Amino acid sequence: MHDLYNFVRGPLAWTAFFIFIAGSLYRIIKMFVMIKKKESFVFTFWSWKYSLRSIMHWLIPFGTVNMRMHPFMTIVTFIFHICLIIVPFFLFSHNVLWDESWNISCWSIPDPVADIMTIIVVLCIIFFLVRRLKEPEVRFLSTASDYFLLAIVALPFLTGFIAYHQWSSYQFWLILHILTGEIMLMAIPFTRLSHMLFAPFTRGYAGSEFGGVCHSRDW
Amino acid sequence: MCGISCWDWNIGKRLVADISSWEDKFNWIEELHASPDGERIAAIVNIDEAEFSVCVNGETWENIFDKIWFLRFSPDGRLTAIVSEDGEWTLAVDGIPWENRFDYVWNTLFNKSGTDIAVAIQQDAKYSMALNGVPWENSFDNMTSMTLSHDGTKTAASVQVLPHKEGEIFKFQEGIYTAAAGGIAWDKNFINVWNMSFSPDSNKLAAEVRSSLYDYTIAVNGKPWDQIFGCVWEPLFDPSGTSVTAPVKIGEKWTLAEDGKVLWDSKFVQLWRHKYSYDGTKIAAVVAPRFGKWTIAVNDKPWGITFEDFVCDPVFSPNNKKIAAIAKNSDKWVVAVDGKEWENNFDMVWDPVFSPDSEHLAVKVEKNGKYTIAIDDKLWGNECDAVWEPIFNQAGDSILIKTIENNKYYRYIIPVNEIV
Amino acid sequence: MPGFAANKVENILDEGIEKGGAKLDNKQIEDVIKSVLDTETGERLKIYVDTCVHCGLCSDACHHFLSMGRDPKYSPAGKVKRTLGEIFRKKGKVSPEFIKSASIIASTECNVCRRCSMYCPFGIDVAYMMKVVRRICHKLGVTALYIQDTAHSHSVTMNQMWVKEDEWVDTLQWQEEEAQAEFPKLRIPLEKEGAEIMYSVIAPEPKFQAQLIYQAAIIMNTAGIDWTMPATPGWDNSDMAMYTGDFEIMGRLKRSHFDTAARLKVKKIVMGECGHAFRSVYDVGNRWLGWKRPPVPIIHALEFYYDLLKAGKIKIREKYKKSVTLHDPCNVIRGGGLADKSRYVVNALCDNFIEMHPNREHNYCCNAGGGVINCGPPFKNKRMVSNKVKADQLIATGAEVLLSPCHNCYSGLEDIIGHYKINMEIKFISDIIYEVMEKPA
Repeated sequence: MHDLYNFVRGPLAWTAFFIFIAGSLYRIIKMFVMIKKKESFVFTFWSWKYSLRSIMHWLIPFGTVNMRMHPFMTIVTFIFHICLIIVPFFLFSHNVLWDESWNISCWSIPDPVADIMTIIVVLCIIFFLVRRLKEPEVRFLSTASDYFLLAIVALPFLTGFIAYHQWSSYQFWLILHILTGEIMLMAIPFTRLSHMLFAPFTRGYAGSEFGGVCHSRDW
Repeated sequence: MCGISCWDWNIGKRLVADISSWEDKFNWIEELHASPDGERIAAIVNIDEAEFSVCVNGETWENIFDKIWFLRFSPDGRLTAIVSEDGEWTLAVDGIPWENRFDYVWNTLFNKSGTDIAVAIQQDAKYSMALNGVPWENSFDNMTSMTLSHDGTKTAASVQVLPHKEGEIFKFQEGIYTAAAGGIAWDKNFINVWNMSFSPDSNKLAAEVRSSLYDYTIAVNGKPWDQIFGCVWEPLFDPSGTSVTAPVKIGEKWTLAEDGKVLWDSKFVQLWRHKYSYDGTKIAAVVAPRFGKWTIAVNDKPWGITFEDFVCDPVFSPNNKKIAAIAKNSDKWVVAVDGKEWENNFDMVWDPVFSPDSEHLAVKVEKNGKYTIAIDDKLWGNECDAVWEPIFNQAGDSILIKTIENNKYYRYIIPVNEIV
Repeated sequence: MPGFAANKVENILDEGIEKGGAKLDNKQIEDVIKSVLDTETGERLKIYVDTCVHCGLCSDACHHFLSMGRDPKYSPAGKVKRTLGEIFRKKGKVSPEFIKSASIIASTECNVCRRCSMYCPFGIDVAYMMKVVRRICHKLGVTALYIQDTAHSHSVTMNQMWVKEDEWVDTLQWQEEEAQAEFPKLRIPLEKEGAEIMYSVIAPEPKFQAQLIYQAAIIMNTAGIDWTMPATPGWDNSDMAMYTGDFEIMGRLKRSHFDTAARLKVKKIVMGECGHAFRSVYDVGNRWLGWKRPPVPIIHALEFYYDLLKAGKIKIREKYKKSVTLHDPCNVIRGGGLADKSRYVVNALCDNFIEMHPNREHNYCCNAGGGVINCGPPFKNKRMVSNKVKADQLIATGAEVLLSPCHNCYSGLEDIIGHYKINMEIKFISDIIYEVMEKPA
């Protein structure tokens, strides 16, 4: 158990971070290289003004027509993404690790708040799961990988919650927590979770085309 | 005929016609056309309902027609127009209609010297061409891409050789079009045949062809190149008439091919409008080295400068050493010579004209609604309501400028050094 | 759920698709798919596929989805799943039957109107993905008969309706003569080099709707515009090849159009009330040729009317009395930003303008555009059923007259008005201008 802990805490953590960072860089650099090579017009039409205009509209809750059409989904999506990003970065126990490993100290959210946010993430994922199963237009699109990805995102939060509350074997849940967190990290560049990497570019390009060429809105 | 050397090259300005004096005589006067030597100014005029004539220097043609259109001077100075009488159409040359009449006539073509005139004709819903009034022996269900050879001896067009009804897509895809030179169709059919050009001796004809929905190549006298390309543009014979070159698309890029084999190493986003120098040693083409950037490439080497919108046909100097082209950046047109842009820019520029000694380059230009002439980036001071493209004398030291100023038509001969 | 509707729209047999599909073998399909995906598309397509999180939020953007009882297979992402999704999943090893169905999905169940790009959180361009499918089908020779015939017409005549060269000029001269009955000195100047404007139209105008050329001539003459029309191919700005995926013919058409304008030395091209042609000359065709923007500025009729009214070059005798509503065509509003100008024009011409909802960029498609109406009669009923949402939208306005500044929209909406028995007249804006403008004595 201890060896396993050392492995997930040590080499596997390094590997996960490496795969996440190198994989993300690879995907983004490849995108630039390939676009330059085969679709260089994308650079010609790229406009920072219209990219940012579009991105801003889509970053503001209810900033777009579609968000207003699906208010509950909009609320859940925003809360989910906010919690999803804040909890891992600003959790006190993660900050301790940042500090131990790289001497980075940063502000932490109080543990009870993190606890609630974790529950929110899990509830949001349950909502996404139910929506995927119940809404015909979402269910039609869903593949095994979509359910799998929900699980990949849910598990680090679930296991972290269980480990924090020390309901049963702390070390088991801690190891599982670290492991699932690492799996999620490694999955980002190579699964649909890569929307995290590409969204600014696809949104920005749509904004550039709509704004710069078509003189119209895309929200 | 002794050509431009016989023209009046005495320096000076001469009033040829006062157009305002025509206005009372006619219901309306259409676009003015000046003869190459500048001695005549002509327009289609309406006399009464369905009564048209042509007014030349104030005198109308003796014949009156029901309708006249496409008034054009031939390069040798004959005045041609497409005319209609009693529902029949033909071409009138200096007011005299051809004997043959047709159901419709359009697309007047002149060879370079102007000795020969060809038109497209439709008779009983069948299509062919007429050269100097004589129609082809064969006619076709449809005809496009009409052309006249450089020496004026042959006409050619893309023609439909098999019957086809709208909606018969599979029949169409088997190939119902080919090219016909002098009315004689090639033996081989294609899906499409487009822009064609004759060899200098008019014996060979090269055309763009599409042999399936996506296979393009060049065919010469009906025989396609062995190589297939993603797309092609208009082919050209070299001045000796031995080989054919054409822009071809390979993968997603364009290059120049000769007799089916790739001739240029560079690949471009676009390549078209290629031209040979008179001695055949150079080929210039309009190219886009990058998306949205246009320039001229000479023997595979693009100029250092690029333009945003149009770059028009490259023009070689008579000594084959210089190349000029007009180009457009946003709403301004410029003239570029050998990769260098003139400082002046214009609202519109017409085709560049080199002097016979290749020393000077003149263009007709438009700025703020007025027209003038620019030579070697220097503007003629006279701003006119209209000007025609300038012509240099043989020595290249004088230039003929034809203008309209205050509704009067003038003919100027100006020493070139008065402008430059 | 679809039920009844589905019975009327499925199992449509189209001769072009059936016979084209019958010639295919699996190897050829795999090769063509590979060549299109490897050489003609790039990272953009892969990123779109990878970025789509299958959230289904694009669904409500699509009039097909909304009209077909929210049947998920008609959602934008649903159509991607049924076409490119399968192609990627099977690595291009798909059957001729699949290609036939993909052709129908991409060409008749999507109008490439790009409304869904405004609803996708990532701005994924589903229209582009559908055009990739159409390109594959084109290269396999599996395209609906009517639109393929149109593409053939384009390839031969450079216009979309097999209008022969003499017929074109003859029609202009005929319209000039007709208009001279009303204005004796009116001209349609042919081949006038150096004119300010080249006026270009689409082939249905000389073929069936010559009165539109007549009206344009009256407007041009009244406004004192220095204009010309070409007497050569290149006069037609339309482009169904863009929609069949025959990009080489698209490029050839657009080159012919721009070269004609350059030959005539005009400053700009004014085009009639057509949407898809605007997209082709303004945005798509020019790009295929390497131009980042049209090398000669393109002014859509809506913008031209706006300029004329704003400058007082045409004056209104008496505003149009009947209540009107305005359809926003995707290609000039979402694709050209002319929403405000079109409203200025309509308000300047009409007393009683009623907005339909949603409107502007968010307007529902006519379901004719994107080449769908050009796929012809076999698909007409499907086109009606799968745009019930448009019928509802029109009825809700209660307007007497529907204005449609786009030819495809006009024909599609005329069909919808007929099919759903809506009590509404349909007109082009030029019809109204002609009716209410001050004409010279």
